[in-house]
Amino acid sequence: MTRFMLLVNMDGGNVDTPMLEWDKADMEAHLKFLGDHLERLRESGELVDVQGLTWPKHGKVVRAASVSAPVLTDGPYAESKEVLAGYQIVDVESEERAIEIAAELSSAPGPGGVPIEQPIEVRRIMESDGDLYDA
Amino acid sequence: MATSTTPDGSDRPLEDLLRELTPQVLGAVVRWSGDFAAAEDAVQEALLAAATTWPRDGVPDRPKAWLIQAASRRLIDEVRQELARRRREERAALREVPAGEVEEYDDTLRLLFLCCHPSLTPASAIALTLRAVGGLTTAEIATAYLVPEATMAQRISRAKQKLKDASFELDTGADRLRNVLHVLYLIFNEGYTSTSGPELHRGDLSTEAIRLTRAVHAQLPDDGQVTGLLALMLLTDARRPARTGSAGELVPLAEQDRSLWNQDYITEGVALAVKAFSTPPLGEYQLQAAIAALHDEAKRAEATDWPQILALYKLLEDLSGNPMVKLNRAIAAAMVEGPDAGLKLLEPLDEELAGNHRLDAVRAHLFEMRGDNETAVEHFRAAARRTTSLPERDYLSRKAAALRPLR
Repeated sequence: MTRFMLLVNMDGGNVDTPMLEWDKADMEAHLKFLGDHLERLRESGELVDVQGLTWPKHGKVVRAASVSAPVLTDGPYAESKEVLAGYQIVDVESEERAIEIAAELSSAPGPGGVPIEQPIEVRRIMESDGDLYDA
Repeated sequence: MATSTTPDGSDRPLEDLLRELTPQVLGAVVRWSGDFAAAEDAVQEALLAAATTWPRDGVPDRPKAWLIQAASRRLIDEVRQELARRRREERAALREVPAGEVEEYDDTLRLLFLCCHPSLTPASAIALTLRAVGGLTTAEIATAYLVPEATMAQRISRAKQKLKDASFELDTGADRLRNVLHVLYLIFNEGYTSTSGPELHRGDLSTEAIRLTRAVHAQLPDDGQVTGLLALMLLTDARRPARTGSAGELVPLAEQDRSLWNQDYITEGVALAVKAFSTPPLGEYQLQAAIAALHDEAKRAEATDWPQILALYKLLEDLSGNPMVKLNRAIAAAMVEGPDAGLKLLEPLDEELAGNHRLDAVRAHLFEMRGDNETAVEHFRAAARRTTSLPERDYLSRKAAALRPLR
């Protein structure tokens, strides 16, 4: 089994309208889809973790400063599509399966039930095991 | 009646006894009832009853039979209630446990063969084996496999569900045995390849795999594959104390402090490897065990009998055709005939192992052996970028840095 992190940015895919402005029914359908998606992963024993991050404006960027207190700046690219919105960690048989899960997530419905096709980044998590040159 | 408590009042012997008996009892009850999940619940209740009453009343003369009877009674009660509820009394054909016959079978082995059923994925078979046969808790298995307990619980329960309709015949046919050995091998490797750090407990998996393989070996002492696998595990695990440094960094075989190796395991492993090697037909485990024995018997890395190892890798390559074996053969060839011989053997692997970090790593080592540090650095870097393992990446990065000419 291999662990992958599925990263979701603020990028709304095909949809420019922020979710907060969607019709109630569209929003409900979207959230139900995500809930069912996670439930399936729980049932299959593949879901390791799922987290959403707070709005970027609550974030801070920290840089060490050699002579003074660390320098803090406000959230990096407020409202930008490049900002991480949340992630799932799955433990799956193969990379193909991780991609399948990401594709399902990306097909979540938006306004009018149209899949929003949000881009999902799939990254393999490094292992703490190693066995080079044991033979 | 034997007493179950030690002088200091701990219940260690009782715990050990219950842990040893659990898979045998579970195996017997599953065989009798044909329902894995229900049998497991019933056995858990019987164990609970034993843990409460035995310290008080003493361990019964036939503890296994006691547990099987207790679990069976609970299962019968369960079935009775179920039947009553569904008004299907006509099917209430309750079978009594045949008292004498039960202990003749080895139910631990039976259970192991069921858990390694071909309908399960390796990951499910591993989880179920550790839970049902190994007696590890779900939390322990989850920790070992770095997933939350709920995730592992779900995996185990799905595996049990899948087995519900599986037949509980003792199938020790060659295919099923191969499956069992493969699952044990995977469990062993999971523990062996773990490096120290946040997952210190993972090493216990190796110990558990050895324990289970010993149980199979006790039942099938004349099977060369089984003996070979047990030998391979002991001879490999013997080096575990030396394969990681204090900070969890990987220490390759050639650089290990051999005084840290487990001599008891080596002695036992070598004897088993010799026995396995003289038990045809020769399979991969016997050959790998023979190679491991040659490494373990060398007091210093320079004393390694590489010509013999090379010959064994040739046999192994003919047998398996596995590209990783070809890679190891190239290393052995380099040690015997020089780096150019090894590099030549690597050439045909470019296609088969395209993008595999091990190919880069071996090439890097052989170029280093050849004195071509510049090319070695390139390959160490490529390997470091490709590996999916943090300790391997660190090792390869350090090698690249150490060989880089000073600017």
